[in-house]
Amino acid sequence: MPKANTAAQAGEDLVFTRPNALADRATHYCPGCHHGIAHRMLAELLDEMDLAGRTVAASSIGCSVFLYNYIQVDTVESPHGRAPAVATGIKRARPDKFVFTYQGDGDLASIGMAEIMHCANRGERVTVVFVNNTVYGMTGGQMAPTTLIGQKTTTCPGGRCQDREGSPIRMAEIISQLGGTAFCARGSLDSVKNIRQAKKYMRQAFEAQTKGLGFGFVELLSGCPTNWRLNPVAANKRITDEMIPYFPLGVYKELSGDDTCGALVAGEGK
Amino acid sequence: MAGTNERIFVKGNEAIAMGALDAGCRCFFGYPITPQNDIPEFMSKAMPAAGGEFVQAESEVAAANMLMGAGACGVRAMTSSSSPGMSLKQEAISYMAGSEIPAVIVNMNRGGPGLGDIGPSQGDYFQSTRGGGHGDYRLLVLAPSSAQEAYDMTHGAFDLAFTYRSPVLILGDAIIGQMKEPIKRRAATLADPAEGREWRLEGTGAGKKPRAHRIIKSLFLMDGELAGQNQKLQAKYESWKDLVQFESFEVRDAELVVVAYGSIGRIAKNAVRALRKKGKKVGLFRPKTLYPFPEKALAKLAKEGKRFLTIEHNLGQMVEDVRLSVRRHADSELFCVYPGNMPSPDDFEAPILRALGRK
Repeated sequence: MPKANTAAQAGEDLVFTRPNALADRATHYCPGCHHGIAHRMLAELLDEMDLAGRTVAASSIGCSVFLYNYIQVDTVESPHGRAPAVATGIKRARPDKFVFTYQGDGDLASIGMAEIMHCANRGERVTVVFVNNTVYGMTGGQMAPTTLIGQKTTTCPGGRCQDREGSPIRMAEIISQLGGTAFCARGSLDSVKNIRQAKKYMRQAFEAQTKGLGFGFVELLSGCPTNWRLNPVAANKRITDEMIPYFPLGVYKELSGDDTCGALVAGEGK
Repeated sequence: MAGTNERIFVKGNEAIAMGALDAGCRCFFGYPITPQNDIPEFMSKAMPAAGGEFVQAESEVAAANMLMGAGACGVRAMTSSSSPGMSLKQEAISYMAGSEIPAVIVNMNRGGPGLGDIGPSQGDYFQSTRGGGHGDYRLLVLAPSSAQEAYDMTHGAFDLAFTYRSPVLILGDAIIGQMKEPIKRRAATLADPAEGREWRLEGTGAGKKPRAHRIIKSLFLMDGELAGQNQKLQAKYESWKDLVQFESFEVRDAELVVVAYGSIGRIAKNAVRALRKKGKKVGLFRPKTLYPFPEKALAKLAKEGKRFLTIEHNLGQMVEDVRLSVRRHADSELFCVYPGNMPSPDDFEAPILRALGRK
């Protein structure tokens, strides 16, 4: 048993524990990285909603490739950008399982654009957690499809130029336009208030699947202090001051009443 | 109907789809491309009717990755395509080989390179037998020469895929896919529900007792880890040597052995038959497994003093394997049918006689 839980047995008033779905080990993430917060949020929900035991996840490429070292659920490692297709295969093969992907912005919004669009559009009963930190983190901070105008990266050293590299892509807005999407929202991990709200969004994105409504999507604005060349506090401030104005927070699509996106997979949520 | 010894008249593509269905395939992920469209069309009806799933993917890339997801769950699944689409599937196939995910993949080879044409070709021999994507891996490659063989090989491919936890490739072409001929189906079977229970992904709480989470992956960063995985894969490929299959026709007293596979093997057989009637000592050796390649059987023929002519519907690919197989005792001549041209048995008689005459 984890140490935190044994403390509770000693009769202490335990107010904070490690979720069971989260492995008891240090992560490889940099100081100030928000993957840790997103992982914890994911693990808490897997515990709270009692999903971990029937979950099959599709991990992605980038810093989050090691998701399976931290989130203790059955996982298959997908090629770059293809996690939504792999998740489709999992869910079609085993409709009784809870299936999620966890993808960064290079993975999801660049190389995997076709897979995410069509997975959402088909209304696959899967949940996608999209971590948007506006850079390719693992490879050393190259320009991503979400890199803000003027933001300097190792492949746009003069700052992203709209004429040359196009505009940052707003994924939550795009996904919300697709017929198979049952829930779609954008949260942020820059403050306690926003983290709490983001967890609510993630829960709703999970429920879109568990209730058999359709495709669930949650975007999380996240910090990458290392590749932004900022300290963690300044990185949080950058999210607040620069990212949120361009990537507004909130729910972009939510089905009302008894609406579903059709009956793609029988038996889900029963 | 199925399994009642009744002969039905179907296209090779349909025979492949039926072989998969009867072997318990329950997920099919496809994308339109000529000349394999009969397979996804058949499966779009057959899968839902059998309680399975059919998805027309957004691309061959996605279809192959869906296959990977279903295979990782231990479910019998298949995808099919043709040459340009096969190039797109190679990414996922490499991942499946690297992370040992069973699946069946069908390539109804068409002319290339590039968009090529929609007619038959064997231009994907190298791609099929050398792995096809990045890294050191192989696929089990089965090459049917008739609709019945297409049915039987596809049927058997699922057992092979799960026995060896590997993608298995059925390599046909536009002739095999589009030609209609009689086949007999076997009684439909269901996959063993316990298949893959030791490794498949189904959640940590799926068994009687909760277990540790499973990871199916092909990333091995720790020192020596990837070398270990590659060693494991190589040992698996070594163990496939016993799976070699081939057809020998009139080779016993033959001076010249024609080596050809798939549809070309069948056309060459007709040419050999015609030449035998004229008293010519020629025979046919038709590999049914392209990987593993029947190198020992060919080497034995070479040792007996036979000479070889490889006939292929490409610019000379399998001939490299034939030459490697017979290298201690013989060589192989080569006759190429260029992709874009449709061969007939008559076309082969002259080159076979030329090779027979050269001593």
